[in-house]
Order: sequence, then C-alpha cells, then structure tokens
Amino acid sequence: MQTEEKIIEVSHLVKHFGKFKAVENVSFDVFRGDVYGFLGPNGAGKSTTIRTILSLISPTSGQIKLFGKELYGNRSYILKRIGCIVEKPDFYKYLSAEKNLEIFARVSGVDVTRSKVHEIIEFVGLKGREKDKLGGFSHGMKQRLGIAQTLIHDPELIILDEPTTGLDPQGIIDIRNLILQLKNERNKTVLLSSHILSEIELIANRMVIINKGKTIVQGSVNDLLNAQELIVSFVVDDVNKTKQVVGSSSLNISIESETATTIALHITQEKIPVLNKLLCDGGINVFSIEAKRKLEDYFLKLISE
Amino acid sequence: MFWKSTYNELIKIAAKPRSYIGIGAITLIVGIVLFAMYAEGLNFISFVTRPFEQSLSFEGNIMNGNLIAFVILQMLIIHVPLLIALVTGDLVSGEAAMGTIRLLLTKPISRTGVLFSKYFAGCAYTFVMLLWLVVLALVVGKILFGTGDLMVLNSDGLIVLQEQDLGWRFACGFSLAFLSMVMIATLSITLSCFSENSIGPIVTTMAIIIVFNILGALNVEVLQPIQPYLFTNHMIAWRNFFEDPLPTAKILKSVAVLLIHIVGLLGIAVYKFNRKDILS
Repeated sequence: MQTEEKIIEVSHLVKHFGKFKAVENVSFDVFRGDVYGFLGPNGAGKSTTIRTILSLISPTSGQIKLFGKELYGNRSYILKRIGCIVEKPDFYKYLSAEKNLEIFARVSGVDVTRSKVHEIIEFVGLKGREKDKLGGFSHGMKQRLGIAQTLIHDPELIILDEPTTGLDPQGIIDIRNLILQLKNERNKTVLLSSHILSEIELIANRMVIINKGKTIVQGSVNDLLNAQELIVSFVVDDVNKTKQVVGSSSLNISIESETATTIALHITQEKIPVLNKLLCDGGINVFSIEAKRKLEDYFLKLISE
Repeated sequence: MFWKSTYNELIKIAAKPRSYIGIGAITLIVGIVLFAMYAEGLNFISFVTRPFEQSLSFEGNIMNGNLIAFVILQMLIIHVPLLIALVTGDLVSGEAAMGTIRLLLTKPISRTGVLFSKYFAGCAYTFVMLLWLVVLALVVGKILFGTGDLMVLNSDGLIVLQEQDLGWRFACGFSLAFLSMVMIATLSITLSCFSENSIGPIVTTMAIIIVFNILGALNVEVLQPIQPYLFTNHMIAWRNFFEDPLPTAKILKSVAVLLIHIVGLLGIAVYKFNRKDILS
C-alpha cells in the first residue's frame, strides 16, 4: 500500500572523487510502499548514489534523509530498518549459506532465531542448500541468498542495486517475482536500480532516471510512459488499405515505416484500440499489435538529449 | 552489538583455512627443534658452557624443558610476526577484496565498532598462536627433557635461575611477548585499512619489521636518537624477565613504547576506516 510518507529523500546530492564528478545533482523521493525504479546507463552514478544512501560513501554535498531523519547522525537507527544488496551479493565463501545469514543477522540490530533463518532460506528457494558452502553456489543462488540476507531482520526498506545482473532468463524472472512478493506479501518499500529498463517497467510503480550524475526525470512509471508516443507495429493482411484508413481517420497518426505485412505507426496508447476498431470495421484482418516504443526508447531519447 | 560482531569475527577467523597455517607452521617448527635438541642438544649446551667450565662446575639436568622453551621462544619470536600478519593483515582488506565489506558496513554497527571487533578478534588469534607456541615449547619440552634450573646467557654473562623462580618469569615474559605481537597485529590491521587486497598489508608489515630491525641494529650516530623508540627493538623485551636482578625500568620503557605505538596506530586505523569510501 503506497502512502505519502517519504521513506527516502535525496536532495541535490553531489559526490566528487578528486576531479571526477560521479554524481552532480541527483534528487528523488521514495514513498512508503513504492517499488521505485532507479534508472540510468552504466556510469550514470546509480551505484554511487546508492552507496551514499547506505553511508558507504560520504557525499561531497547534498542532503539524504531516510524515514524522515538525516542519515548522518542517525546511521544506526536508519540502517536497522534497511536491507540491501549493493552490486553483486558477496558472501564468505568458506562459510555455509546458513552461517553467512547468521553472521549478518547477528549485526542487523534485531534478534534473529535459527527458525527465522530457515524460514527465509525457504522463502528464497534455497531449502536443502543451507548447509552448503558458498564456494559451490551459482550466481543466481548467491543472488537469492542476497535477498534472504536483506530480509533476515525484516526491514521496512529494501535497496537492490542491479539485482538481476549476470542472471540467466529464468533467474531474472525468479528475482522479479521475489521482488513483487516482497511488495505484495510483505509490504516492503523497494528501491531497485537497474539499467535493464524493461525490468523497471514490469516491477516499479515510480521511477527516476539519472544520467551523467544528474536527475533527468522522475514520477509514476505509468504517467511517464503514457505521456510518450509509442511506435506500434500492426501486422495486417492489407498494408495499403490500412494506410488509407489511417490517412482518412481524424486520429492524427503518422507512419513510421512499412513492409509487405507490417505498418509501424506513431500513436499514443489510448488511440490503439480506436485504430484497431477502425481497421476491423474496414474489413482489415489484424494479426498482431506490438508496441515498439516503450521505456527503453524513452530512456534512450532522454539520455541522448 | 559489539560483542556479537566480535563473535562473528572469531567465527570468520576460525573458519578461514589461512588461520591454521600459522598454527601448523609453529607445530612443525617446534617439532623439528625439539627433535634436533633431543638428538644434538648436549653439543649445543656444551658450546654454551665450555667457556665457563674451567671456573664453574655444572650439575643436574641443564638441558631441561625450561631451557628448551627459552631457546624456542627466542627463535620463533622472529617468525611469529609473519604468521600473525598473515591473518590480521587480511581482516579489513580481505573483506574489501571479497566484497563482503559492502554488506558489513550497511549494518547498524558503527565503523569503529566493526574495526574494534576485528581488532579484538585479531588479538585473540594472536593470543592463541602465542599460547600454542608456549604450550608446545614448555609442556612438550618438559615432557621430553624433564625440568630443572634455567641457564641463561646474556651480555653480562651466565645467569642460573632456580626452577621454582621460573613460573612467574615465563608468565610475565609471555605477557610482554604478547604485547609485542599485539603491536604487530595492530600494525597489520592499520595497514589493512589502507588496502583493498590481503597481500599488501602482510608484505608491508614484514617490510616495516625488516627495515626497523636494520635501523635498530645499525651502529650509526644519526640513527641513535630514534633507535630506542623503534618498536622492533622492544619485541625481544620479554627476555628481560629472565635477568637477575629484574631490569624494571627497561621493561617499563618497552611496555610504554609498545603501548604508544599501539594507541597511535589504532588512532590512524580508526581515522582512516571511518573516512574510507567503500568502492570495492
């Protein structure tokens, strides 16, 4: 359930490493209940921002508030309420999965029972492997254990930095489902950074896009996407007749490209069913409709500006 | 939280294979020395006593467990620092190299708390290493060679310490040797805060010990003002407990120099670790 309570407030964050400006001016707000997408190309400053939020890096300037409190001065209070994976989940290879979780649980600020450890291991689908040493774990299994580690102390906010990097397609789906479970079943607020934009589109309700260390845009994923014109490909049995219908309609649609069976149109989302009805009424068989321009294109357009 | 974190660090040290390299090396070296002394020990003793045989007569079990332990401690105190640095130099930088430091420092424990947890665990490991060395040398030495008075050769000549006068001397000597090894652990942990890999702090620790040993041994006038303050010159201060009368002032000076080094290095470590950006 989303509320208007701000969980993360980042204002005009700046971080320089010597002459290198990793973060120039990043601002965004995450509300309770959000699955918040944190988008940007490689090198945009996502990881630096996340590390700063987690006090791993001290900012050059700017303000970070979590749960309504300044990060610096309330570090322990804040970190007790956060679970995170920063980049790849690294663990002690010489210890078992169970021991690794116990190690991190012990310093998480709450008492965690062994049954809770086993419950979390089962939740992330690693039951039966808890006694195995991490040396033999695949990247996907480590990622699952990483999520288990974020949940072990039942935090309110979960920060996941590129959680699907290096995973196979099934692993990506599994992690995506796990994140949705966290939101839907456990009411967690999730900050999710990624450069795989379709991920964000599928999971997040709000997002920020940063590039070259600066915030470019933030808001509701639906609002941002709906505001954008899509390129929609219609596979039809008669492209010429389709062009006539499009030209004679009052929908103000322009043609992007065409082949023998496909016509790609610049069209807003709400006009798609209207045009589809017109085509069907005109006796044209529509075999498929595919929106080509989604967040990826929007993102590429923004960062190229 | 601090003690839980220290317990975590002890678990990590106990689970790391490299922690047993030192224990194994000490066991092997002491075993070899004990075997060599068992086989050739009398020749060694006569080499020491020969200059005094015309004026003194030696009676009883001279080559006993106490002497063997004293000899072994003198030999190994040079090599133990490397074995200690092997583990303590890895405590911070090893986490950076593995990437686990990212997770560790996002937990609600202060960085100073994390550092001191590691430091206490490193000191505990140092204690165990040294205790193992003493137990092997003293207990196994006494089992193999029996007991008796301890004959110590120093710059003033030959001192014979009564057997019943040795317990406290070994205990105090062990304590001071432990303090000097804690100094090594502190140095390597401090260097570990500056590094992102394990090898750097270990090699640098050894390099510093070697350089300081050379500086301390050089008979050059310009170095004389700093020589009394080089920590390496106080690493064998434990031997002072085997002199008669006890050189209390020398012992206290060594303790002070070692403590000042420890506190100073810890200060640097805390400062660096608290301001370090975690980029690994």
